[in-house]
Amino acid sequence: MTIALETQNLEKTFGGLRVTRDLSLKIEQGARHALIGPNGAGKTTVINQLTGVLKPNSGRILLEGQDITDLPVHKRVLRGLSRTFQINQLYPDLTPLETIGLAVSERLGHGGDWWRRMGTRNDVNDEIADLLNRFHLLDVMNEQTVTLPYGKQRLLEIAVAIAGKPRVLLLDEPAAGVPESERHDILAVVGALPREVTVLLIEHDMDLVFSFADRISVLVSGALLTEGPPGQVARDPQVKAVYLGEEAVNV
Amino acid sequence: MNASSDVGYHAQRQSRWHYGEVAFWLIVLACGFAFPTRYLIMTDILRLALFAMSLDLILGYAGIVSLGHAAFFGVGAYAAGLLALHGIINEPVLALVVAGLAAMVLGFATSFLVIRGVDLTRLMVTLGIALLLEALAERFSNITGGTDGLQGIEMQPIFGQIPFDMFGKAGFFYSLAVLFLLFLLARRVVHSPFGLSLRAIKNNPLRAAAIGIPVNRRLIAIYTLAAFYAGIAGALFTQTTAIASLDVFAFERSADLMLVLVIGGTGYLYGGLIGAVIFRMLQELFSTITPQYWQFWIGLVLVVIVLVGRQRLHRWVLYVPNLVIKQVAGRRAIVAVPESDA
Repeated sequence: MTIALETQNLEKTFGGLRVTRDLSLKIEQGARHALIGPNGAGKTTVINQLTGVLKPNSGRILLEGQDITDLPVHKRVLRGLSRTFQINQLYPDLTPLETIGLAVSERLGHGGDWWRRMGTRNDVNDEIADLLNRFHLLDVMNEQTVTLPYGKQRLLEIAVAIAGKPRVLLLDEPAAGVPESERHDILAVVGALPREVTVLLIEHDMDLVFSFADRISVLVSGALLTEGPPGQVARDPQVKAVYLGEEAVNV
Repeated sequence: MNASSDVGYHAQRQSRWHYGEVAFWLIVLACGFAFPTRYLIMTDILRLALFAMSLDLILGYAGIVSLGHAAFFGVGAYAAGLLALHGIINEPVLALVVAGLAAMVLGFATSFLVIRGVDLTRLMVTLGIALLLEALAERFSNITGGTDGLQGIEMQPIFGQIPFDMFGKAGFFYSLAVLFLLFLLARRVVHSPFGLSLRAIKNNPLRAAAIGIPVNRRLIAIYTLAAFYAGIAGALFTQTTAIASLDVFAFERSADLMLVLVIGGTGYLYGGLIGAVIFRMLQELFSTITPQYWQFWIGLVLVVIVLVGRQRLHRWVLYVPNLVIKQVAGRRAIVAVPESDA
């Protein structure tokens, strides 16, 4: 088995607060791995360290066996590690066409091209069209992002990450805040991700976690509580106590 | 039409030339023939327009605010002056490019200070650099001529063929040609993937980095290019007026530039050009009416612009032209529709 993404003894403190405690995770290639935990468990802090927004105090992060602990954000992306954000991080003034076009251009190494106009490369256009189509954004491709309904923005958020053709994708609460009527689109898109993409899902929605993940890690107060397949985690009395205490989970 | 070519078509939507743009440049050219007695003020407007376009590149596209853009204008102005005065490079076009490059080197060197930090730090750093240069120019008066400025500059003919005349006709068309060429270059740049990535950085630097954009490198690149543009504007100033004095570095020059962009709008390249025309005309108008208090009226106009909102003003001003173009061409006028705030 190959390990796509790994952390070794990761530590992060904010002042006196230890938000990540000696965290060692291994995510297998092609896995559908979920990271769950109660509010304030430090899940997003872990994501921020994995993507390079935050630097850990100690410990290492390995992407496909290579140490990326000190790489800046954009270099990790070019190595195949993409993420979506819990709260949409889009470009309000840009259209979905421009947003995705840019992500595709950057991946293909055309991002620094200052001479050739957007839209004149057929390989880029093909990919944009394909992504817009898959994410149901063709009909709004020329609208300013800020004017799109939230569900569409959420789809765009995921499409931008996919446009980077990641080998490892971090999904930070993909369905957060999406109205019930538009949830189906998001779940379908997430479910249809190609199998060769390794996915680490961070989610509050237990239905989504248990229907999607084949392995679950439970984070409590910045430390790993337990890890295993969904059935085992759901039955774990420790997990029930600290996290699922008040609600029964049926798998 | 399949989805891919449809995407290509729409992706090029903004980079295609519109009727309004062609009309704009034809009108500018026509002004050169229509007002032969007004070359000096018109040349002044062209210089200001180029200078404002330079600021628009960093402010309107990359979101970098600056209160010290005159630093590059000044370096370009003195470089062109010194080259001509000491006969180092006599041919104006070559000297212009060299002066631009001098400003560009300064832009590159100072970009590392500017790209760090937030808007307020950027304002202070850019302001500081301009003040620093002004003080240096004053200190080394043996080179710069101090408060008297460089005197006795004599410009040689352009390409050795076209002499600068006393009515400023050659200067006007020379400036117009330079402005237009640099506009074409800027237009190309902002519609490229590089230009789009700048807008992404302005919108959301966090996400820009998260799709693999090397944010700092892009900001350094555009800041350096903008310095080149400002340097060219400064060099044009010296070449067409045959003087260069300390006020090329003046704070007012940088501040006026912000006002020009507030009037004209940012992020669509024409803002600086339109803003420069309106700003200078207002200045002329108010100083004719009240020579002492024209700044009061300029200030009032700015307050109104900010309060009413530029988009609304543009809609009002462009109402009639849009109507005409719609009738003639059957499509929306593209004269000026800014997409973002200043």
